[in-house]
Amino acid sequence: MAVIRDIMPAFELVQPTSIADAQKVLQDYKADAWIMAGGLDSFDWLKDRIKRPKVLVDLSGIGELKGVRITADGIEIGAMTTLTEVVKDPVIRQKYSLLADGAEAAASPQIRNQGTIGGNVTQDARCWYYRAGWPCYRAGGNMCYADTPTARNREHAILHADRCVAVNPSDSAPALIALDAKFVIRTNKGDRIVDAEDYFVGPDIDITRLHILKPGELLTAIRIPSTWAGARFYFEKVRDRNVWDFPLLNVASAMQLSGNTIERIRIAVNGAAARPLRLKAVEDSVRGKPAIASTGEMAGKLAVQGAIPLQFNAYKIPLMRNLVKRAIGGVEEARWVS
Amino acid sequence: MGILKPFTQWATSPWGQNVPIHIAWFLIWVAALAGLAFLIGHAIYLRYFAKAEKFEGDVPRTLAAALPQRIPRHSLAARSFHWIMAAAMFTLLFTAFLPRIGIQFDWVTYHWIAGTILTASVIFHVIHASFWLDFWAIWPDKADLRDGLRRVRRFMGLPAPPPRRFAKYPLENKLYHGAIIVTGLSAIGTGVFMMSRVRTIFFPRNPYLFSDMTWGLMYVLHGLAGVGLIALVMMHVYFAVRPEKLDITKSMIFGSMRREFYLEHYDPERWPLELRQQESFRTER
Repeated sequence: MAVIRDIMPAFELVQPTSIADAQKVLQDYKADAWIMAGGLDSFDWLKDRIKRPKVLVDLSGIGELKGVRITADGIEIGAMTTLTEVVKDPVIRQKYSLLADGAEAAASPQIRNQGTIGGNVTQDARCWYYRAGWPCYRAGGNMCYADTPTARNREHAILHADRCVAVNPSDSAPALIALDAKFVIRTNKGDRIVDAEDYFVGPDIDITRLHILKPGELLTAIRIPSTWAGARFYFEKVRDRNVWDFPLLNVASAMQLSGNTIERIRIAVNGAAARPLRLKAVEDSVRGKPAIASTGEMAGKLAVQGAIPLQFNAYKIPLMRNLVKRAIGGVEEARWVS
Repeated sequence: MGILKPFTQWATSPWGQNVPIHIAWFLIWVAALAGLAFLIGHAIYLRYFAKAEKFEGDVPRTLAAALPQRIPRHSLAARSFHWIMAAAMFTLLFTAFLPRIGIQFDWVTYHWIAGTILTASVIFHVIHASFWLDFWAIWPDKADLRDGLRRVRRFMGLPAPPPRRFAKYPLENKLYHGAIIVTGLSAIGTGVFMMSRVRTIFFPRNPYLFSDMTWGLMYVLHGLAGVGLIALVMMHVYFAVRPEKLDITKSMIFGSMRREFYLEHYDPERWPLELRQQESFRTER
C-alpha cells in the first residue's frame, strides 16, 4: 500500500542540456531511466516510492524542447513548453484556440505554470488503485481492482476496456487529436513522427502504458498543421470540481463549415477509455449534414455505441452523448429529447 | 512456496499478503532454449552417432502380401481434432508469449477464443478416443516398458536383445502424449477459471472467485504449463519434419501410411489392423 513519505528513493539525477545528451542517457539506461518533464506526475510516483528508477532524467534544462515556433505548415510546440505558455501564446490563441482551451482546462494555474504539454499528454493513469501501488494489471499484476462489483469506479472507462479500466486523464490530448497534430519522437534511429491519435495506446495492446514511447525514446515536439487553423472549435470538460480536477469526460472538435453544413470535422473525447478516442464513425456520419441539434443527437447516440458501464460510471454514457451533441450542435441547442 | 520463488514474480496484495502473480518471464527463454538444445542435440546424435534401428524377428511374408498398399492409421475425425488442436495451440502460444517479448497486439480476445476451441476439441477427443478408438493404445504397457529398457541398454552399449516392433504408438509417442495431457490440462483447467477475470461471452466477471493466493498460484500453474508447451510443441514440430518420421506426419494429413513403412516399424500383433472387406489381422496375444 502506498504511503506518502515525502522522501524519494535514491536515484542518480541527470540534467542534460540538449536533446542529444538526454537521448544518450535514455539509451544507456532504457527502462531504468525515468523521464521527468514538469514533475507533477513524477513526484507522486517517486514520493510514494512506487516507482524506483535508477536514473532520473530532468528535461527542464533543455532549451530545444521549449517554446512555440511558427513553421511552414503551422506551428511546432516543444514538448517542455508549459501549459501556461501554450494557453497564452498569441498564435495558438488566434488560430488553434481549441488547444488553448484544452490546456487551460487542465488542473490549476500553479500546475499549468509547471506542467508541460509533453507531460500532459504522456502522464500516467490516475486510477487510484493503480496509483496506490496495488499489483493491478497496469502495474504488472493479474487483477483490476477497479473492475469489481464493489470497486469505486466512477471515473473509469466505458469504452475499449480490456482487463484494465483506467482512463487517460489528459485535457490537451483530445484537442491535439482534433487538430490533427503530429508527435515527434526521438528514437535511436532518428525522429519518428506519429499522428496524435496513434501516440496513445489502450490496454488491449499494452496494458502497462498509456502511450507508445518505448524505453530510450523521447517526445520532443508536437506539430500542428495549419489545416484546421481558424476552424470552428468546441472544447468542453466535465469534472467534479471546476477549480481543479481531472476530467470525468472531455470533448474537443474542429469543424469546417460551408454555411451551416459540416464539410470537414475531427472530434475526440477523453476520459472514456484508456486512450483518447477519435470518433471516426461520428465524423463520417455528420459530414455533409447541418451543424444543428438533431445532427448532434444522432452523433451522440452513435458515439456511445458499444459502451459498457461499470458499477458506478453509467452516468458517463449520457454525459458523453450530450458532450458530443453539444460539440456538433452547439450549446444553445443542448436540450436533450429522448 | 520457497521453491517457487526463483521462477515466479510476487507482489503485495492490498491486504498486505505476499502473493505470487505469475511466472518469471525469463522462463519463456529457458523453455525455448531448452527445446532448441534438445533439437540440436538429437539431430547431432542421429546424424553422427546413432546406429540403424534393429527390431526383433521378421514379419511373416504371407501377412505382408495380404496387406494393402496404404495402411489406415488416423480417421478423419482424429485428424480433424489434431489439426484443430494444433491451430488452437499455436494461437494460444503466439498470443500468450509474443506480447511478452515485445510484439504487441490485441491478444486477449484471440487467446480466450483459441482456449475455448482447444477445450472443446479436447473434450471431443476424450469422448472420441474413449468410445470410437482403442482407448488404451496411447498408454504405455508392459511391452513398451520392456522394449524401452532394451533400447536404453543398447543405447548405452550394454548387452540386450533387440526390441520388438512398435505398437500403433511408440513409447516416446505415448510419453509425449502424457506430457501433453499434464501441461495441456493444467493450462485448460486454470484457463477456464481465468476467463472469469476478463470479459468473455461465457461468465460474468468475478475476480473474487478465489483468494489472491489461489489466483496467484493458478496464474503460475497456467504460466508453467504454457512455457512447458513451448518446448513440447518445438519437439513435436521437429519430429514431424524429420525425414525418417515423414510417413507418420503424412498419415496425420492423408490418414494412411505406406505398407513398407508399416512393416518396417510396426508389429501387426501389437497394432492389429481392421481392414474393410479383408480379414482382420488381429491375433490372439
